[in-house]
Amino acid sequence: MQRLQRHITGARLFWLFLFAATWALSQYSFQIYKALDARWIIRFPKKYQLSLDDVISGFLDWLVNIANFWLFTFRDLTRAIAWVIEIPYQFLRNLLIEGFQTGLGDAAVQIAPSLSWVAVIAIVISVGHTARDWGLAALVGACFLYLAVFGQWDSAMVTLASVLVAVPIAAVSGLLLGILAYRMLWVEKLLRPILDLMQTVPVFAYLVPVLILFGFGPVAALIATVIYAMPPMIRVTIVALKGVPGELLEAARMMGATPRQMTWKVLVPAATPMLMVGVNQVIMLTLNMVIIASMIGAGGLGFEVLASLRKLDIGGGIEAGLAIVLMAIALDRTSQAFSERRLWRQRTGNLMQRHPWSMIVILVILATFLMGLVIPAVQSYPDAWIISTGAFWSQAMEWINVTFFDTLEVIKTALLRGVLLPVKKFFVGIPWLWGILVTGLIAWQVAGWKLGVVAALMMGFIAASGLWDKAMVTLYLCGVSVFIALLIGTPLGIWAAQQPRAGRVILGLMDTLQTLPSFVYLIPVVMLFRVGDFSAMIAVVLYALAPAVRYAAHGIREVPLHLLEAGKMAGCRPLQLLWRVKLPLATPQLLLGLNQTIMLALSMLVITALVGTRDLGQEVYIALTKANAGQGIVAGLSVAFIAIIADRIVNALSDNQKRRLSL
Amino acid sequence: MNESVILDCRHLWKLYGMGAEALLDGGLTPNAAALAKANVIGAVRDANVQIYQGEIFVIMGLSGSGKSTLVRCLSRLVEPTAGEIEFDGRDLLRASDSELIEIRRKKMGMVFQQFALMPHMTVLENVGFPLEIQGVDRLRRQASAQKVIELVGLKGRESYYPSELSGGQQQRVGIARSLVVEPDLWFLDEPFSALDPLIRREMQDEFIRLQNILKKTIVFITHDFDEAIRLADRVAVMKDGKIEQIATPEELVLNPKTDYVADFTRHVVRAKVIRVQSRMDPVTSDRFAGEVAHDATIEDIADEVERADTPLKVMKDGKVIGQITARAVIDVLVGRG
Repeated sequence: MQRLQRHITGARLFWLFLFAATWALSQYSFQIYKALDARWIIRFPKKYQLSLDDVISGFLDWLVNIANFWLFTFRDLTRAIAWVIEIPYQFLRNLLIEGFQTGLGDAAVQIAPSLSWVAVIAIVISVGHTARDWGLAALVGACFLYLAVFGQWDSAMVTLASVLVAVPIAAVSGLLLGILAYRMLWVEKLLRPILDLMQTVPVFAYLVPVLILFGFGPVAALIATVIYAMPPMIRVTIVALKGVPGELLEAARMMGATPRQMTWKVLVPAATPMLMVGVNQVIMLTLNMVIIASMIGAGGLGFEVLASLRKLDIGGGIEAGLAIVLMAIALDRTSQAFSERRLWRQRTGNLMQRHPWSMIVILVILATFLMGLVIPAVQSYPDAWIISTGAFWSQAMEWINVTFFDTLEVIKTALLRGVLLPVKKFFVGIPWLWGILVTGLIAWQVAGWKLGVVAALMMGFIAASGLWDKAMVTLYLCGVSVFIALLIGTPLGIWAAQQPRAGRVILGLMDTLQTLPSFVYLIPVVMLFRVGDFSAMIAVVLYALAPAVRYAAHGIREVPLHLLEAGKMAGCRPLQLLWRVKLPLATPQLLLGLNQTIMLALSMLVITALVGTRDLGQEVYIALTKANAGQGIVAGLSVAFIAIIADRIVNALSDNQKRRLSL
Repeated sequence: MNESVILDCRHLWKLYGMGAEALLDGGLTPNAAALAKANVIGAVRDANVQIYQGEIFVIMGLSGSGKSTLVRCLSRLVEPTAGEIEFDGRDLLRASDSELIEIRRKKMGMVFQQFALMPHMTVLENVGFPLEIQGVDRLRRQASAQKVIELVGLKGRESYYPSELSGGQQQRVGIARSLVVEPDLWFLDEPFSALDPLIRREMQDEFIRLQNILKKTIVFITHDFDEAIRLADRVAVMKDGKIEQIATPEELVLNPKTDYVADFTRHVVRAKVIRVQSRMDPVTSDRFAGEVAHDATIEDIADEVERADTPLKVMKDGKVIGQITARAVIDVLVGRG
């Protein structure tokens, strides 16, 4: 009896009561509504519904059609921005794909052809070698050779052109804004909430207004890409500049450096290694978004995947998907190598000795240009040499589907019946008023009354926007996916931490998984399981697995050595050491991993709208296809609110745990 | 020592906290209790310091004593709350931003505890950096940098990056960098504290060698009392933001003004500090074994006196001003009186 009493604490009773009440209300909400004849219990009353979406759509209409800043209209402004981006983009397209021409239409005269595929490969090899060594040069060379051999060259160059335009714009503006925020406190205060929101608003949500302002096409896609890829650069810049040692700044001041010299001669160069990490992130996010933005006309590899998915052309989808994967790996490894490369000595000697690679590349470009005039195969990879694996992949998939159809179906049905549907019923059944209250109570219990109020208000916004049911579907899909990702990821992470050799393989795999654009995950899933909640869940689990594994491994590895020794000397067996020492001490890290998993799951969930979920992501996607900015933004904000609430609660849990362990 | 004051700081205060200025309105001098009550931290309290041309002035204090804040106030890296600082005949606290930049470019140099070298620059670039800031062209600044690099004994390492150097070598680069503009006033903020004890000793010797060549006016910060008395012409001992005593090392040891100073001096080897002139007697003997300088330390002359059976003459400016006996030297060595 006493033992039982010891386990009953106030906090535990609170959670128990909360869960029981929620379950009961969810189970019987329909009966209650019937018994009381009060429909408002399960549906937010229509007449109180907010119409923020109409306001936003109206505002955008006004901006596009009427807004006038005395000297120029808003439309002029957007055209000017589009023009500025169009020029470098068109130049790169000419350089990589179309060649340079004068005149228009039939009168067009080719002045110079585009760079030959041989020259492009020579360039990437030289970049790879400059960044690290021959190994990297071989890797990126092979990746680009694949693009040529397997017939993905032109789409890949479109994607590459977009990346090459978006990355400098996003990186430089991110750097400038970061510097501004570092130098002026109010800029940072202004930027921080915007950055928080930008990080959680799903990407589709701002595709809509960009689409309306800039129209369908590559420029709109590029602008959306820059908006998407810039916030992390701002964050990294602020952190990097704050990390510059104070003594270095004092030294510069004592030398009489002006504020401008301080920024450009001291702060930025001293922070460069960290800033390069930010540039790497910008590159990967850019690639991710360029692929997604194929929906608003970016073209390139993303468009190939999208088209194949729509046609259910399995082979083509996998081919284009692989091309994206290889491109991601090449870009990631190269930019990472640049961020790790610190010091290099200036070479001396003649031009060839000082800049060997630049000279070789220029020679290759000239040589292939001249040879291309005679031998077309040098200029563009001949179609006859293209190896199509499409048929192979289609057959392989068919074979899998035929051979394992029953097995896959059994797994799918079992998970759907056993897990997905009951959880869905539970979440969807929760009456909105109680849902708001419960969210507030949970946030209050974990992180204090302030967060409680904010969380309740945010959930209230979702309900008042008429999106409650869809939000609950989002919560259920996210919840199940995160749960399964943790179920797989945490043991993998622990294993990786315990066995260094296995760890290297697992963590290497996770690194690669994390560099892949989210779009790619949809391909195998749709091939194997077709559309629906189950496919969505699998894709989300795959995408969100990496942080669960990484943080678990990190947490276990970071347990202080002296505590492990103390445990061993106390006579712990290996398993006891894991359960009694390592895991409890790793909980703050595990919780941070949970947080990241939730964030990635939410961002992927929106993309799975393409495979037919009925959640908030679908709402955003519908808004995109209808070009309804208001609807898209409101639904996007709802996803962001869910993300923010989850983030704050889990972070508070992690902080509480850290404090308890006095880490 | 030339007796002209190069830096004169009077009634200098640096308080941290809300409403710090109000506490000092109209020349008030709040004590520690008053500051604590107002929830204000007194990093520097009513400091009065005169730095003379050509001297090594050491500010000694434990961590949190305010020595770093004081030196940062003297160079205006930190803005003092109240007080006056006169540098080279002008009011430093009223200097505009551009005047301040000019003063720092031409007249001040500073060496930092963690070296504060630019990680992305070679030794040569680091040392030439203050000149680059001033817009000196590449050839001229390389020539100047080369000269000081040789002076601090780093010839041959010009193209190294800081991460490729040992701590002692990095601080030599820091010293060279601060000297490249030929400053009138040289601040050294715990320059050797981050180094291993053996290297620290070596760097102190190097510092003494440099100062014998350069004859700079130096403000040197340290938490190490032995380092202070080894290097200093005068020492200021700080505690809780207040200067407890300013004196020569010998005076500190012989006449500590407060218990706090006495705690430090108690374990000092006195023979290293006490100079002949303070232990000499009036001339009584007529036979002498030799001559010693009036400002030599007892340690320096101990061997010579011990070997002699008669007193030694104490000389100042070529004149005999007294005699020192073996007895007096032994008294110091065994700690009597």
